Amino acid sequence: MRTLTARQRFWWTVIAVVVVVFALFPIASIVATSFKSSSEINSGTFLPPHWSTENYEQILSSHGSAQTLFLSALRNSIGISLISTFIAVVLATLAAYAIARLDFPGKRLILTTALGVSIFPVVSIVTPLFNLWRNIGLYDTWLGLIIPYLSLTLPISIWTLAAFFRQIPWELEQAAEVDGATPWQAFRKAIVPLAAPGVFTTALIAFFIAWNDFVYGISLTSTDRARPVPAALAFFTGASYFDQPTGAISAAAVVVTIPVVILVVLFQRQIVSGLTQGAVKG
Amino acid sequence: MTATTGSTPPAAGSAAAHSTRHTKAKASDRAKAESRLGWYLAGPAFVVMLAVTAYPILQAVYESLFRYQLTAPDDRAFIGLRNYWVILTDPVWWSDFWTTILITVITVIIELVLGFALALIMHRAIRGLRGPLRTVILVPYGIITVVSAFAWFYAFDITSGYVNHWFDWVPGISTDLNWFAERGTSLFVIIASEVWKTTPFISLLLLAGLAQVPGDLEEAAEVDGATPWQRLARVIIPNMKAAIMVAVLFRALDAFRIFDNVFIMTKGANGTEVLSLLAYRQSISQLQIGLGAAVSVLLFLCVVLICVIAIKLFRVDLAGARGES
Repeated sequence: MRTLTARQRFWWTVIAVVVVVFALFPIASIVATSFKSSSEINSGTFLPPHWSTENYEQILSSHGSAQTLFLSALRNSIGISLISTFIAVVLATLAAYAIARLDFPGKRLILTTALGVSIFPVVSIVTPLFNLWRNIGLYDTWLGLIIPYLSLTLPISIWTLAAFFRQIPWELEQAAEVDGATPWQAFRKAIVPLAAPGVFTTALIAFFIAWNDFVYGISLTSTDRARPVPAALAFFTGASYFDQPTGAISAAAVVVTIPVVILVVLFQRQIVSGLTQGAVKG
Repeated sequence: MTATTGSTPPAAGSAAAHSTRHTKAKASDRAKAESRLGWYLAGPAFVVMLAVTAYPILQAVYESLFRYQLTAPDDRAFIGLRNYWVILTDPVWWSDFWTTILITVITVIIELVLGFALALIMHRAIRGLRGPLRTVILVPYGIITVVSAFAWFYAFDITSGYVNHWFDWVPGISTDLNWFAERGTSLFVIIASEVWKTTPFISLLLLAGLAQVPGDLEEAAEVDGATPWQRLARVIIPNMKAAIMVAVLFRALDAFRIFDNVFIMTKGANGTEVLSLLAYRQSISQLQIGLGAAVSVLLFLCVVLICVIAIKLFRVDLAGARGES
């Protein structure tokens, strides 16, 4: 590692501080808001004059006014995002394996389709689905969101996994078979350990995308039966008609942001490689 | 969807296979088996992708040809392209269209500059700093857009915000400035939130592009006495043009579909409505299925048009840049 001159050290410190403020300030802002009590929510200061957990009680404790709304939304969001991520990753793993290992006509067609689907305007899908789902009973159900979520999670999964799988040295499998392993053993011992990180990273990225959805969430649900967190936040109401739900929304926003920040901190390296591989390299 | 056509070679001609020798027929059998296996594995994903996009858009095209309101189902009638005529002659469509374009252009320009700066920082940072910096830069990527919208909204909001108190020394900002009562100031906050949330993505694409710039070229320029600016303009940027184009196109298409930030902050009030919101308002809020479907189809055509222009005019090779050529 090269050593820095005092000047360079100074400038890198400045840069690091600027980047940290840029990236984390809005989060700090909503965390601060979430600890303001309802009487101090309009204090006009960044930090709460007195730190209060009132808003968190409202969304988490059993007598909180927004507790059922928030917890059911959290359950819906986690369930729906996990299931649609799982389906997308399974389908994409099979497809990416074929694209990386086999030579067949239509390979490019599949990748081009994935690209096309990933730039598709969500609103153009949601308006016809709204009508259809009402007619066939999928409106306001988990399945009614899981299916359209695949339009978000599947294309990026195919691209990312195809890029990962292309880099796997598949000869290892044959080498293991020559050494006396059965095909299944060769696959399990030589290939799975190499492929697993790519699959995991893909799942993480797909989950983020599903977790972020708002348009499907507000358009295809109407009650807490299936409404996910982002949509529920938009429909939060205050404890009384004249109360602004500012505090409760901020607290709920912080609660759903914590797991994301933890995942980013733990898997930064994988996410970066997944996003850049699927995108620019090959 | 895109202009890149799938290069599907003609299936091994069976007539030709007959006349060739046994070994070749065997090879083509193997190719056939491989191709069959390929479609068995990739087929389900392909079918699902088509089912969740091609089917709805065709349904939208069909519905857009009818006068159809859910509140008056008996009044449903085929009216040809009249919905499109109604929309395209309505000033609301054009005002929303230009707002969407304005937001797209401004966000993409800011994000390109900011994202490039962040990419350079990540690229140049010494080893101990690189990991933490990348982690910090990646955090906004994982944040839900709606959460970002609320964070920015509450910071600027006239009652719960603190921005007015912090910056009341800036001309034009005072404690009674209502950011969300006017078009310009509303768009400012909307764009700020959009930029904050999506710059990490564009900077990662650019980081990957930076990694592809040959290091010896840079060194050679440095030895020849080029200033840092010259190195940037003459060596680095020309060598990562493809990555820049792809990043710009992806972000432009994404920004053109902007919905969450506008919905949370203004619901489209004061001239901030965008096309996605118009489609949502027509079909989901007002249950104008026919008109809403027509807006959806037009929005889809806009996205296709942007893609075609980018690919034909600027020769952005999406598939190639993704390592597929």
